[in-house]
Amino acid sequence: MPAALRRSPAATVAKYAALLCYLVFALFPLYWLIKIAVTPDALVFTEGTQVIPSAVTLDNFRTVLLQTDFLSYFGNSLYVSLGTAAVTTLVAAAAGYAFSRFDFAGKKLLIAVMLITQMFPLLMIIAPIYKIISQVGMLNSLTSLIVVYTAFNIPFATFLMQSFFDGIPKDLEEAAMMDGSTRFQALYKVVFPLTLPGLGATLGFVFTAAWSELLFALMLISKNDAMTFPVGLLTFVSKFSVDWGQMMAAGVLALVPSCLFFIFIQRYLVQGLTSGAVKG
Amino acid sequence: MARIQLNDVKKSYGDVNVLRDINLDIQDGEFIVLVGPSGCGKSTLLRMIAGLEPISGGDFMIDGERMNDVRPRDRDIAMVFQSYALYPHMDVARNMGFSMEIRGDAAEERKSKVAAAAETLGLSKLTNRLPKALSGGQRQRVAMGRAIIRDPRAFLFDEPLSNLDAALRVEMRLEIARLHQKLGATMIYVTHDQVEALTLADRIVVLEGGDIQQVGSPLELYERPANKFVAQFIGSPTMNVVPVEGGAGGITLAGSKLTLPHLGDTSAAVELGIRPEHIDVVAPDQGMLKAVADVVEHLGSDTNIYARVEGIGPMMVRVHGNIPARSGDLLGLNIQPLNAHIFAADGTALRRADAIAA
Ligand SMILES: Nc1ncnc2c1ncn2[C@@H]1O[C@H](COP(=O)(O)OP(=O)(O)OP(=O)(O)O)[C@@H](O)[C@H]1O
Ligand SMILES: [Mg+2]
Repeated sequence: MPAALRRSPAATVAKYAALLCYLVFALFPLYWLIKIAVTPDALVFTEGTQVIPSAVTLDNFRTVLLQTDFLSYFGNSLYVSLGTAAVTTLVAAAAGYAFSRFDFAGKKLLIAVMLITQMFPLLMIIAPIYKIISQVGMLNSLTSLIVVYTAFNIPFATFLMQSFFDGIPKDLEEAAMMDGSTRFQALYKVVFPLTLPGLGATLGFVFTAAWSELLFALMLISKNDAMTFPVGLLTFVSKFSVDWGQMMAAGVLALVPSCLFFIFIQRYLVQGLTSGAVKG
Repeated sequence: MARIQLNDVKKSYGDVNVLRDINLDIQDGEFIVLVGPSGCGKSTLLRMIAGLEPISGGDFMIDGERMNDVRPRDRDIAMVFQSYALYPHMDVARNMGFSMEIRGDAAEERKSKVAAAAETLGLSKLTNRLPKALSGGQRQRVAMGRAIIRDPRAFLFDEPLSNLDAALRVEMRLEIARLHQKLGATMIYVTHDQVEALTLADRIVVLEGGDIQQVGSPLELYERPANKFVAQFIGSPTMNVVPVEGGAGGITLAGSKLTLPHLGDTSAAVELGIRPEHIDVVAPDQGMLKAVADVVEHLGSDTNIYARVEGIGPMMVRVHGNIPARSGDLLGLNIQPLNAHIFAADGTALRRADAIAA
């Protein structure tokens, strides 16, 4: 092995130490969430900042699942997030493809307008959105959330998808067309399989954004049976006091779909799917 | 069968005219090479023939049928891209058989044709690999396989060898020549490489500034370039071009008279062009021109002399074989009159008397 590739032990130790610091820093809140969730109620305040609880229980989870509306919030959130992710990704993929491959009148203007929508703080438009939704009679419906979330996520998702399409050489589509395919066949047989990482990333991004959205869900939903999870979480606050243990248990459970979702799409997130297409 | 005709074909992007009134008549089975400086529109012309780029004006015909607005997939033309453009998620066999897959041919037939093409190109052992696990030369072969499997009316190549190293380039060049002999299909080939152009072409098309400068066989372009641009573009090392005084009976170069019987009246002459290999080196006091050797390169088979010529300036001389010249030597130079080219003020070459007669 050439000397340049060999690492001195000190450098290796330093590297892992740095990684460890980062990991601890990033994961500590998550640890705390789980810790409180499994700590018996009686110990939450008495043990305070003790890192390892002296006793562990699953009572909080049991209560959350069986005695609260958690499951209903959870289902609502899943419905809204999956719906938003699917609709947004579909629209963003189509728009991103058009931006990447075609020249049409008003393209620059459209891109500019989409950028501008990303510059306003959401707070500014809560009132108008509320007014619109209430006038079309869609308050307290999950569909209204999907519509609003989709509208907000499309610009960013479109730019994301466009950059993925830009990364696929135009030559590939042209080669497919020379090989006898229509544009649609080229899209379906050549471009689509190569865009899977992009679709996966976009789905994941939009899903997570919708899953954790609180502001609009709070404004547009007031009925308990249409509440999404972040709103529902607040009900743990208002009852008697803050029920930390149950709230944290609910939080832990809420992490599950996000984790599952990323485990599912992570195999599409691999880089270098297009390597070998062109000399490079 | 494919005779490809371009009648006054034009291409413009907005106000920019990239190609003007291109006229070409390509015979069935002909090997045409497009050359020209970077940005002259070679790729654009090729892509227009392929159908990937709309044609702004004129008629494009295949076998007498106007094809201007026909989609690429219906032109029955195959193209090998400079980037190869292999489908990265498909193995070699599926890459090669993709056109048949699209056409909906039976899997059996597809398999046997792919196997045959892979055999021809020496890819039999690699049919299960993905493109990323292939070398540059192998990818190049797969790209060619994808084209030949279709048995198209014509092949288009856009600098197919420019990404390969020198040795592989020679090998693939021979392979393409062999392929042309075997298939007898019409081929149009874009290249920057002189040797590729001169060795492969039946006819070379020299493009520059949106116009065709000359069309002709490699020897025609070498021996009878139509203008100064072609004269300097074809041939390596580049032709020397020096200013001269014209006259009815011959030209005057650095004070010496040179008669050029094959050119007839040379009163319009402004410049003389002479290839490095058409200058003879003689003893210092015997030549028509006096020169000092600046740099001498001994290549074994040839000797290149970069000379400073009295009254003219730098000129390059190439002598076949090894001669014992060194830098700083005084030399006499003689121009071979029959190989001299004369250019008028607008750059066009004075035509040879024998060419006019013919
Ligand atoms: N979309 C476009 N808009 C305006 N001009 C263009 C466009 N595409 C190409 N051109 C111009 O057309 C000319 C021809 O381009 P082309 O790619 O055919 O050159 P080329 O001869 O293949 O060059 P090279 O040898 O570098 O590949 C270039 O001068 C280029 O600037
Ligand atoms: Mg080009």
